[in-house]
Amino acid sequence: MTALPPPSAKKLGLVIDLDTCVGCHACVTACKGWNDQGYGAPLSDMEAYGSAPCGTFLNRVHSYEVQPEDAAPQIINFPRSCLHCDNAPCVTVCPTGASYKRAEDGIVLVNESACIGCGLCAWACPYGARELDAEAGVMKKCTLCVDRIYNDNLPEEDRVPACVRTCPTGARHFGDLGDPDSAVSRLVAERGGYDLMPEMETKPVNKYLPPRKKGAVEASPLAPLLDVQATGFAGWLDRLLEKF
Amino acid sequence: MGYQQPELDTSPKVSDEVRKTTCYMCACRCGINVHLTSGKVSYIEGNRDHPINKGVLCAKGASGIMQVTAPSRLRAPLRRVGPRGSGAFEEISWDEALGLAVRWLAPLRAKAPEKLAFFTGRDQSQSFTSYWAQAFGTPNYAAHGGFCSVNMAAAGIYTMGGAFWEFGQPDWDRTKLFILFGVAEDHDSNPIKIGLGKLKARGARVIGVNPVRSGYNAVADDWYGITPGTDGLLILSLIHELLKAGKIDLDYLARWTNAPCLIEEAEGEEKGLMLRDILGKPLVVDRLSGNLVPFDTPGIRPDIAAVRNGNRTVFQHMAERYLAPDYAPEAVAERCGIDAGRIRALAAEIAHAAFDEPVVLDRPWTDFRGERHERMIGRPVTFHAMRGISAHSNGFQTARALHVLQILLGSVETPGGFRFKPPYPKPAFAHPTPHSYFMPGRPLDGPHLGFPHGPEHLALKLDDQTPARIDKGFTWENPLSAHGLMHMVIPNAHAGDPYRIDTLMLYMANMSWNSSMNTAAVMAMLTDKDEDGEYKIPRIIYSDAYASEMVAYADLILPDTTYLERHDCISLLDRPICEADHAADAIRWPVTEPDRDVRGFQSVLVDLAGRLGLPPFVTKEGKPRYRDYADYIVNHERRPGVGPLMGFRGDGTAVGRGAPNPAQIERYIENGGFFQAEVPEGAAFFKPWNAAYQDWAVAMGFYDQPQPYIFQLYAEPMRRFQLAAEGYHERQPPDRLRDRIKATMDPLPIWYPPFGDEVGAEYPLHALTQRPMAMYHSWGSQNAWLRQIHGMNPLYVPTKVWEAHGFAEDDWARVTSPNGEITVPVAHMAALNENTVWTWNAIGKRKGTWALSPDAPEATEGFLLNHLISELLPEKGDGQRWLNSDPITGQAAWFDLRVRIEKVEAQAEAQPAFGPIPSPVPPAKRNRP
Repeated sequence: MTALPPPSAKKLGLVIDLDTCVGCHACVTACKGWNDQGYGAPLSDMEAYGSAPCGTFLNRVHSYEVQPEDAAPQIINFPRSCLHCDNAPCVTVCPTGASYKRAEDGIVLVNESACIGCGLCAWACPYGARELDAEAGVMKKCTLCVDRIYNDNLPEEDRVPACVRTCPTGARHFGDLGDPDSAVSRLVAERGGYDLMPEMETKPVNKYLPPRKKGAVEASPLAPLLDVQATGFAGWLDRLLEKF
Repeated sequence: MGYQQPELDTSPKVSDEVRKTTCYMCACRCGINVHLTSGKVSYIEGNRDHPINKGVLCAKGASGIMQVTAPSRLRAPLRRVGPRGSGAFEEISWDEALGLAVRWLAPLRAKAPEKLAFFTGRDQSQSFTSYWAQAFGTPNYAAHGGFCSVNMAAAGIYTMGGAFWEFGQPDWDRTKLFILFGVAEDHDSNPIKIGLGKLKARGARVIGVNPVRSGYNAVADDWYGITPGTDGLLILSLIHELLKAGKIDLDYLARWTNAPCLIEEAEGEEKGLMLRDILGKPLVVDRLSGNLVPFDTPGIRPDIAAVRNGNRTVFQHMAERYLAPDYAPEAVAERCGIDAGRIRALAAEIAHAAFDEPVVLDRPWTDFRGERHERMIGRPVTFHAMRGISAHSNGFQTARALHVLQILLGSVETPGGFRFKPPYPKPAFAHPTPHSYFMPGRPLDGPHLGFPHGPEHLALKLDDQTPARIDKGFTWENPLSAHGLMHMVIPNAHAGDPYRIDTLMLYMANMSWNSSMNTAAVMAMLTDKDEDGEYKIPRIIYSDAYASEMVAYADLILPDTTYLERHDCISLLDRPICEADHAADAIRWPVTEPDRDVRGFQSVLVDLAGRLGLPPFVTKEGKPRYRDYADYIVNHERRPGVGPLMGFRGDGTAVGRGAPNPAQIERYIENGGFFQAEVPEGAAFFKPWNAAYQDWAVAMGFYDQPQPYIFQLYAEPMRRFQLAAEGYHERQPPDRLRDRIKATMDPLPIWYPPFGDEVGAEYPLHALTQRPMAMYHSWGSQNAWLRQIHGMNPLYVPTKVWEAHGFAEDDWARVTSPNGEITVPVAHMAALNENTVWTWNAIGKRKGTWALSPDAPEATEGFLLNHLISELLPEKGDGQRWLNSDPITGQAAWFDLRVRIEKVEAQAEAQPAFGPIPSPVPPAKRNRP
């Protein structure tokens, strides 16, 4: 119902390193803090101090347990936000044109003044990356901090999304994934970055870097200097001091 | 619809102003940029220039705006008008509140200063609060270290002059193998996350040794799911393997440790002490001359294998002990829950990283013996550990074992290894000894807390040798209790053992809830009356910024400000914010003014000190010396020229030493709220022995003359307590403790089963807690944003137990310990030691507190494990109170807890449930914004 622009050369997005994310939620609240006073309506918290607090977040971290057959169980921390898909179903489903993808950099946004809060886009998004704000009645989603990344009022080094700026482990990277030579594209190439749910054919711009293989390394066992129990302490000490 | 795109302003104004101050959500104390719009705080982000966080900020820090606007903020001083615990208060003026406090405190100071017990919790101004208590004259002061991680800190100080976190850190840029021990999700925050990020970016290897594989352990490349309380045994087994293979740094041990020092073997009062010269310097044999010489003699090569008159070196004692088959991997595997092959593999991995891949820097340096070294050679293996291994009754010895392992590898203070942060390294002898001598109307004879070197430094009354302190710190029960025993203050005051007190003053310490063992019993102690109808603890003064559970149990509430409304200093006299390459300190300042009738507690203490006429806080004429805490920060001098802040002293250019500068705080504000001084490049490693570092430290005012020292693999102060237990000291322990002192105060690290294990097979599971990263240390929970991340806490149950009990999703369980039972929701977790259950700590809240609605999940499903833990061990039938604490330091042994579990019907609420407390603040607005 809403058209996508022609594919842009510049594709701004995030690269999220699942080998490094410790699940600290810093990105979650930094995002909430910036966007509560940034683009569009504030991110409300219903029953903020009540029995079922329910607030709007543009970015959440989920922790999953995996139990490989040949290795010990593991926890994977998985940050989730809009992936700014090239083939964004949340845009094409929008009845009013409120949901749109920017022609110049590929960022997917909601024009809140045109949003009627019907929620179709949230249903269409296979990643669950959109949340309808209960107070404002408009759809909320990651803006890639479009009001930071081009903002002349911020020092140049701060012109990155709030989640990237705050991430203590440096697990979040921002850049142009349309440029094969960008730092983020190189990182994706080096570390085997992948698309989330490619079978949905949404062509997400954001990429995830997989956890590295875990487990023991091949190390040759330590060779005793000699059999201490057989030769006694004095023999061991003599052998040790020969090394000195 | 065709393509359309609205106009968008991508350069909106960010805020009216940015004010830079220091976060207070945990002990990391990161720099923050506080944005203000129309006079209100609108956004908080990390300060890129700040030495600790370099711009990043954690989930708590970024939610700070919810702290400043929290509906739970107290509004005015309160006086209790109903029974204690009822929550009935009236608001009073500050004049009334301070007048009341003076009416209570002045007579105590005049007649019995020990009857004031002043203990602080999440206090970040301990050098000030302790100074105040010292001026008052009470021996009863400490902060929360005794129930937190004193084992780690004290073991590090006694062994090498510092431990982890604010004392030191891995060389993140060069280390190749990083091993995390213990429940480390919550200790510490941004610095360790930044460090892990650096390791991950380089592809360096991270190993987690932890019963729970969450948080930092989740990103570790390998995981050892150890049985709680057995870390020390694993470490000693690693030492066994490394020694057996000769994979230790002999040159390092000979030069920089007491490995070559000779130990007296002859029976008698000197047995086990070091041989010393007439000046008291430990003696070594010089391999070059064969002479017996002081350890610091220029030009010598100390011999780690020497024998003189039958006296052997520390190294020989160590090797003999740890080479014994008791420490072989096969002998410890079952107990630790780790296969012998895995232990061997870990030892091999450590040895490979340390000795096959040394880090070499071409930086010449000169050691304290005057020898010049052309290069710095380092062992790139590092460790980090905190409460997980230290909150056990064997935690001190376990922490000692870990520090000794690092030293045997030669990694401490070498490139790629563990690095101290100034003003550390600082050995035990350079710290004060404890002081506890009190007299009416007089200040205490010195600082309360310190490091005893023998029984002569215990805090025992000179006349009858009974404990001088209400917490029985520095007594035979726990001689090296360097941080006091906060968890014993209320039980001892209630029992009148060792004596009754009059007033308990607490700051930021939630003792009627999550900060106490045995929560329900503590509530009963706080409200218990004697036969005259008086409370057994007659008066309680409490300062807090928020409507915490403790508020209802106090008689007088002094409402504190939030962290953005106050002055503070993060001082080198205290727990500073230095990094390995620089000394640093910082301030907080009121970036926004309170909209309530509240005052910063430190300023209130300055005011009270003036009213009480405490000597250092009043002039000779008896007038208050300081206007408020900010005035104290600027003008107080602990030693001539050395004050709370090191930067901008004197005319504004002096660093470390210099006269007070009235413009100092303004200069800190201009500088982003902090000051840092770089460690010279040639002084960056080998700090305890590096002449360049020692000289820099003196210039900075850390100490007044160079104080090089050698690491204490063998801890002689511990041997002095053993000697006393053997009968060789004029101060003698009670007979009931004699054998325990002999057994536990071993001067070389040992492992013994945690006392909690004595309950046996009836309680087959271990039970642990940790704070989630998004709430770790954070005061003022439940923050509106963070409580949406962690609003309730299930008990996580490992697969074997889950299946054996037939648990399913949404089930509940009864969990029983020797101290009681709780009924709680359970959840399955496979990445968990098979005999361990755990939960998040301090999510559970009491109904009516923190301005939460009474049906908040924190108050219904949230629960505390504290109900299962007692401050005392189960009765042994000998009529004695045996503490559930480490017998060396008195650290609360939270993680010794053993439980059994059974499936029960789903409940409406977690049990035990307590009645609601009337809130001292109005109900919160329903929605935000």
